Amino acid sequence: MPPRDRLEPIFQVEGLDAIYGTKPAIKDVSLEIYKNLVTALIGPSGCGKSTFIRCFNRMNDLIPSFKQTGTIRYHGQDICASNIDPVAVRRNIGMVFQRPNPFPKSIYDNVAWGCRVLGMKDDLDERVERALTQAALWDEVKDRLKASGLSLSGGQQQRLCIARAIAVEPDVVLMDEPASALDPIATQAIEQLMHSLKSEYTFVIVTHNMQQAARVADMTAFFSISRGAEGERYGELIEYDATEKIFTRPADKRTEDYVTGRFG
Amino acid sequence: MSAHGLSGPRVRLDGLPRRQRVNRAMEALAWLAAALGVTILGVVVWSVASKGWSQLNLDLLTKPPIQFSLTNAPQGLSNAFAGTLVIVGLATAMALPVGILVAVYLNEFAPPSIRTGVGLVIDVLAGVPAIVVGIFVFVLLVVGHGQSAIKGAFALAILMLPFVARTTIEVLALVPNAQREASLGLGVPHWRTTLSIVLPRAAGGIVTGTVLAVARVAGETAPLLFTSSIVGTQTSWDPTHALQTIPVAIFELSESPDPKDHARAWAAGFILLLFILFASLTARWLAGRSARKIAGR
Repeated sequence: MPPRDRLEPIFQVEGLDAIYGTKPAIKDVSLEIYKNLVTALIGPSGCGKSTFIRCFNRMNDLIPSFKQTGTIRYHGQDICASNIDPVAVRRNIGMVFQRPNPFPKSIYDNVAWGCRVLGMKDDLDERVERALTQAALWDEVKDRLKASGLSLSGGQQQRLCIARAIAVEPDVVLMDEPASALDPIATQAIEQLMHSLKSEYTFVIVTHNMQQAARVADMTAFFSISRGAEGERYGELIEYDATEKIFTRPADKRTEDYVTGRFG
Repeated sequence: MSAHGLSGPRVRLDGLPRRQRVNRAMEALAWLAAALGVTILGVVVWSVASKGWSQLNLDLLTKPPIQFSLTNAPQGLSNAFAGTLVIVGLATAMALPVGILVAVYLNEFAPPSIRTGVGLVIDVLAGVPAIVVGIFVFVLLVVGHGQSAIKGAFALAILMLPFVARTTIEVLALVPNAQREASLGLGVPHWRTTLSIVLPRAAGGIVTGTVLAVARVAGETAPLLFTSSIVGTQTSWDPTHALQTIPVAIFELSESPDPKDHARAWAAGFILLLFILFASLTARWLAGRSARKIAGR
């Protein structure tokens, strides 16, 4: 990894607060996500890392009680500004969810549907094959593309969802605990594909598996739960640095306690 | 030796005999309630079928009734069958799109406050007695303009609307949010997600709800007394005419002094019952098929 001042930031987050109704989820988060790197968000359950990753493609817009303040600049533009269409944001910033959620369509159509709807109709077969190959699924499904996406195993379904996300050629792929429902072999396949695809995409991954963060991520952000003046719990960014540094020489005691397993 | 087949120094059976008695009593009550329901249905079906079965013939479906008939010429109720098809068909055509759009708006687009408010209005509308809807349409459309099948269909559509909307809301709420997120996360607009991902997944339930609503209004009599014909003996498919329907025909024939009319009323009732049975079975079949399709089997 080149030194940090030579990296190109793709997201610049400044003073981000997120609130569900009256319950704060995260407070005052500022960090930069760099292009063509894998950035991991780690931390205990309830620290707001999933809320945070969903801010990047405005997925929280779907929750009526959700509010956020602060800015997230994507290539310099504030994606939360009122003139920005969340559909345009999501078009460029794809997402893979915690549980595999293929459509009740064929394997082929799961990947092709998004391309068709978004007008990428040229060489659809090639596009589907490329996406499935990149997602390390092609060899397993090439003979049964017409079978339902739901007939696949959990790990295959998640790779299908990754293929679906990258088939529309996003700029960034957000992954919200993509391997939490998968066995170690499927997890390894997903980690490998992130590694081999990061020259083309920027990945942000939420995980509560520290070994996974250590294996796949170039940069790691550690979130933790803090208590406010009135005892309310909220998520806070404790430390953000190169993965190697977070795991070997963390600057904050809380990070050290967490990554060494002394978190309690 | 314990009566419960289990004994030992650490085995505890506090209050178990009492719980077993209560359990048996509750099971018996539930069984009786179920038996009562099935018995009542059985008696109704059997009495209609036994009286209606012998009167079933092709003339009933193909020949109109003859008013003030003194001959023994075969009479039918083709006017009522045609009228029911036209009126129920028109009512479905009116209620189905509106009901589905109301449900889609409330479940997919409306803020929570509107969803609750309009949802309540729909439930109240579902509880409005059919005769009140009949009077409403009578005053609104019939007085001064005359009766017609369209006006009858409009009254039935008002009765169908809350059923279609409510069942559609229920099945839309069952579509997993993960499906919406998957589509929106690709950068697909909200409307397209609703149209291509959410609605197809709910289609089976919507069809089931619609078929049940059709079955329900096909038996409605009260609103049609005011709004479509109670005398028309012509067999017509023209919705601008006042058309006779099966339930209204049953009502009139059962008021008649002629036992032959009573027989025809039973036969018409039997056909209506068969129609509703057929509609319910179709609805179940469609729901099962769509569930299998979504499960990818």
